[in-house]
Amino acid sequence: MTNHWVDIRNADVVLIMGGNAAEAHPCGFKWVTEAKAHNKAKLIVVDPRFNRSASVADVYAPIRTGTDIVFLGGLINDLLASDRIQREYVVNYTDLSFIVKDEFAFKDGLFSGYNADKRNYSKSSWDYALGDDGFVRTDPTLADPRCVYQLLKQHYARYTIEMVERVCGTPKDKVRQIWDLIASTATPTRAMTIMYALGWTQHSIGSQMIRTGAMVQLLLGNIGIAGGGMNALRGHSNIQGLTDLGLMSNLLPGYLTLPNEAEQDLATYLTPRTQKPLRPKQMSYWQNYPKFFVSLMKSWFGDAATAENNWAFDYLPKLDKAYDMLQAYELMHQGKMTGYICQGFNPIAAAPNKAKLVESFSKLKFLVTMDPLATETSAFWQNHGVFHDVDTANIRTEVFRLPTTCFAEEEGAVVNSSRWLQWHWKGANPPGEARSDIWIMSALYLRLKALYAKEGGAFPDPIANLSWKYVHAAEPSAEELAKEYSGRALVDLYDPKDPTRLVRKAGEQLAGFAELRDDGSTASGCWIFCGAWGPSGNLMARRDNSDPTGVGNTVNWAWSWPANRRVLYNRASCDVTGKPFDPKRTLIAWNGKAWGGADIPDYGAALDPADGAGPFIMNPEGVARFFARGAMAEGPFPEHYEPFETPLAENPLNPGQAQALNNPAARVFKDDLPSFGKVDEFPHVATTYRLTEHFHYWTKHVRLNAITQPEQFVEIGAALADELGIANGSRVRVSSKRGVIEAVAMVTKRIKALTVDGRTVHQIGVPIHWGFLGAARPGYLANTLTPFVGDGNTNTPEFKSFLVKVERA
Amino acid sequence: MNREHDREIVRYRAPTRINHWIVAISFVLAALSGLALFHPALFPLASLFGGGPWTRILHPFIGVVMVVAFVLLAARMWRDNRIDARDRAWLRNVGDVIHNREENLPEVGRFNGGQKLLFWVLVTCVLVLLLSGLVIWRAYFSQWFPIGAIRLSAVAHALFGLILVCSIIVHIYAAIWVKGSLRAMTEGKVSYGWAWRHHRAWFREVVSARRRAD
Amino acid sequence: MALQSLDIVRRSATTTPAPQARGAHSGQVAKLIDVTKCIGCKACQVACMEWNDLRDEVGHCSGHFDNPPDLGGQSWTIMKFAEHEHADGSLEWLIRKDGCMHCADPGCLKACPSPGAIVQYANGIVDFHEENCIGCGYCVTGCPFDVPRISKHDRKAYKCTLCSDRVAVGQEPACVKTCPTGAIVFGSKEDMHEHAAERIEDLKSRGYANAGLYDPAGVGGTHVMYVLHHADQPELYSGLPKNPVISPFVSLWKGAAKPLGLLAIAATAFAGFLHYIGIGPNRTDEHDEREAEREAQRLRAEEHP
Repeated sequence: MTNHWVDIRNADVVLIMGGNAAEAHPCGFKWVTEAKAHNKAKLIVVDPRFNRSASVADVYAPIRTGTDIVFLGGLINDLLASDRIQREYVVNYTDLSFIVKDEFAFKDGLFSGYNADKRNYSKSSWDYALGDDGFVRTDPTLADPRCVYQLLKQHYARYTIEMVERVCGTPKDKVRQIWDLIASTATPTRAMTIMYALGWTQHSIGSQMIRTGAMVQLLLGNIGIAGGGMNALRGHSNIQGLTDLGLMSNLLPGYLTLPNEAEQDLATYLTPRTQKPLRPKQMSYWQNYPKFFVSLMKSWFGDAATAENNWAFDYLPKLDKAYDMLQAYELMHQGKMTGYICQGFNPIAAAPNKAKLVESFSKLKFLVTMDPLATETSAFWQNHGVFHDVDTANIRTEVFRLPTTCFAEEEGAVVNSSRWLQWHWKGANPPGEARSDIWIMSALYLRLKALYAKEGGAFPDPIANLSWKYVHAAEPSAEELAKEYSGRALVDLYDPKDPTRLVRKAGEQLAGFAELRDDGSTASGCWIFCGAWGPSGNLMARRDNSDPTGVGNTVNWAWSWPANRRVLYNRASCDVTGKPFDPKRTLIAWNGKAWGGADIPDYGAALDPADGAGPFIMNPEGVARFFARGAMAEGPFPEHYEPFETPLAENPLNPGQAQALNNPAARVFKDDLPSFGKVDEFPHVATTYRLTEHFHYWTKHVRLNAITQPEQFVEIGAALADELGIANGSRVRVSSKRGVIEAVAMVTKRIKALTVDGRTVHQIGVPIHWGFLGAARPGYLANTLTPFVGDGNTNTPEFKSFLVKVERA
Repeated sequence: MNREHDREIVRYRAPTRINHWIVAISFVLAALSGLALFHPALFPLASLFGGGPWTRILHPFIGVVMVVAFVLLAARMWRDNRIDARDRAWLRNVGDVIHNREENLPEVGRFNGGQKLLFWVLVTCVLVLLLSGLVIWRAYFSQWFPIGAIRLSAVAHALFGLILVCSIIVHIYAAIWVKGSLRAMTEGKVSYGWAWRHHRAWFREVVSARRRAD
Repeated sequence: MALQSLDIVRRSATTTPAPQARGAHSGQVAKLIDVTKCIGCKACQVACMEWNDLRDEVGHCSGHFDNPPDLGGQSWTIMKFAEHEHADGSLEWLIRKDGCMHCADPGCLKACPSPGAIVQYANGIVDFHEENCIGCGYCVTGCPFDVPRISKHDRKAYKCTLCSDRVAVGQEPACVKTCPTGAIVFGSKEDMHEHAAERIEDLKSRGYANAGLYDPAGVGGTHVMYVLHHADQPELYSGLPKNPVISPFVSLWKGAAKPLGLLAIAATAFAGFLHYIGIGPNRTDEHDEREAEREAQRLRAEEHP
């Protein structure tokens, strides 16, 4: 979230799209009810199903799954055409005035630089035009035909309200009603928040959907202000912490990135990441990248990371390609990955195309699962009848199931959607032989280290030199690890401006990432967490919910990254002089000497606004981007592409362009192309989702949850049920090109047949929570149906749009 | 065959008497348990059955026993309880009945108008109690009926139970009032005089039949 | 919970008044369920099961979100989901937490034949004391809301206690404590009325012209109340009764019938007694025997002339 849960209560309009907060985030949803009850907020829900969020919405509109970019692109077009944008905001705080390279083009549904063989883009043309001074050229009048404003207008001119109705199936009057309500927040005194989750991420164009939402928010001036923002609602309690700590195949902690194959030396690695300002006087905070990186390497490798060995840069793997989960299972399938450690993850259920997964896992030599529960993955070799029909005798994979503690059985911090690191204490001892993940990973590490010491190896240094200075080597404590990721001074640190002033004594915890240095004198395991355990102690354990300004920031409750900041980009809540756009929702303000207020400024604390630095300090241009440059796989502007399994023969926005039917830069493997179904064989559109009563594949093991939602069902609209003669409560068979499930039919008025591109499209809903293990009635894993294709940027699988055939069972 | 014996008439044969007393005993038990559940003042009667839950459990089973036995008894008796013009005349002269002036009444067959009326009241009560009782028999049957039917049945069960209880009080009192009646249902026999006094037409019928048999 | 006689103002199957010394001077309590804020998450159901240590069967999907599908001995509160399509085609998904309404004039208590199996506290809570319950189901018959259920396992009647044990020590009911959206609130009945008024004003501003409070007068008001978007059509919410009253059948059964019935029995018996005293028994005497013998001889002669 750019903002945080409590802040939702400051919204005037709440848009829930690509998510179902009431269903999947009921506790956080309380802030929506607060906004409605105490801020007169209007709630809009746009979703394929009339869901639990819709049940308390002021306006609901149905939409065909996977077409959100059309809905939002149309909104952008409408906002621009009717000039309902917060002009002062967008002119000063976004790149609308920036001039784009002449080479950049969009034609036949593709952006310039496409390589059809490799299914990717050469992105060199996707950039701003630089002037002779090395800075981006701009046209503050927004009149230049090559400025972002004009290109944006041109790009979305095709996204008319008629096109929205035709592609999304949303009735035009509903679209109009919602767009007008959203547009009402273009004034500085009104704010809209967007709440989204997997309903946007789990598409082959998921990242671009989110970007389109962000662009709407920028046009309306809703980023950086209380009650605004782009708010990703995270599913697992600590999934935010997972990305923050870099547990992705291409990431290092704090959103630093692993070097790729071409970056074999430190300078080559650091230069593109140490971004110089693209406009005069900008902070371009990533200029500090070397400080974050060197501090990370000092944290990991201690004395073994020296200036001489480039801070142990050679210890890091260099990526030849992304190793996301789809890639991993593809490699397994090809027999190229033969061992797998599966920590807190149930991929047999959680990755797409179960048949392929079972084949892939069956080719492993060994599989280790670490989980508090007996997951389907740990039992993938067992035959469970119709629900999981495998030939056990022919699966040679040796499976090790290591029971682990669950969150309540251990101490530590959990990062929530609000980016708050909240310390929690152990509530119970783990049962049986369960051990903490830390214990297990430490044991693995210590054994590997001993083996290297004893037997040697090709390159033992990264293992041998890993800094492991814990009181109990076999199980480092949560406090030790927290202090490590927060960071400390390795030597006495003096103020660079006043070398006589001692800032930190050697060994003292650092107060924040501003104290990090690139000379090896500081260590921090995750720069964005720096200060969470500061000189004064564990700030994550704070429980002071006082809110002196009333804006809800409670800055003494736990600790929020970065720098305990509660609302990101909060500098953008003030005009160029530093005066809040809306005094009633003041976050920070410039008092002539310094910034202060209800939040930690996302800006230099004493940086005079008159100096002209922009509020988006992480961007080298200092402003927010409508034009993504090369940051996205599919192009600088979000373009609608159909899901890989689409009911349409062509992309109505790019008719006749076969290449532009689906995302041309999606994560897809050639050997999976035959596993995609066509509409003539699988005429119904399906989407998977979660229910309040359950959490993923965990709570089906819990009696209480099983009682409240005991048996697998699929939701089918009344019109489709009539057509197929399906009675409510009867059993239906749902098949995709990849498999078949059977479940109870829940016939509902809440899913309406949509008219899309002149024909009727029926959508069905497939909740995911059942499987062949647990206390609930056994069911089919929903990923039996889902396609093995992912987003081009995040590689997140397309669980939200695919084709099926529904029949009476 | 001595003369004394000869001057008596068998009014109820042993199977009938046993049947009657099964009905009577089950009625008393059903009434006591039913009254315990009917009015708080009578709830202590539940102690006779082992407390409230046992009273609740036993009452309907006792009722079923009573109904079955009553049906058998009624099957034996219904032909003799058909109401005719003579009975209606008898009933019109109920004042003479009360004042023991039987001489003013039409001759009575095996059962008098009052007994016949009671018979049909009992039949009605038992039928209603059976049907309503099944509807409110929570453990086995209530789930098949709508709440409105259950409520109606509850009140009907109570009202017809009351009618039955009152009717049986009348019935019992009649046995106390009309001396010699009780012996008819215990030993089975009545004297010639008793039959001649209370059921003259029946007396004649029986005596004639006996002569023919001789 | 245990019998705390001074807090009990009414007791089932008891014809004399309960101790009245202690009154609800700080106000009677009420739970307000704002249906318009409820998202049907069932956290209240789970909290109820957890606090009361209840575990129903793992059932089946019957084509609805409602699970368990009905109230029961192990399910004292459930969510009921109703899809309602308006004439203009717009849809509402009306989700109502169902459970005991804690009527001021409780039909269950009126119907209960077992002394002290159902009580009403001074604070307004209607509670079942299962140790006195005989399992007859009259409470089910008496309830205008069809709430109590007889457990199939122990044949005792169960329903929401409004967490009388928690309330007695100054805590809110478990469902209130857990409700994530604040749709369930708890306090004095007066405060709940005020809170409801604010909510209704908000709803009216959103176009729900008939928004209102459900506190039905027919049962003397309830200690569980609803804020409804369509207070004029409570039936839309899975059959919430529009004008709930104790059924006239139940009123007759548990009202006039009781004294009149006893009176009738006593009167009948007494009438017999008076008759016996006043008029006396009807005896067969010697005269009758003689006349009978004469008649018999006559008949014999007729038969054998």
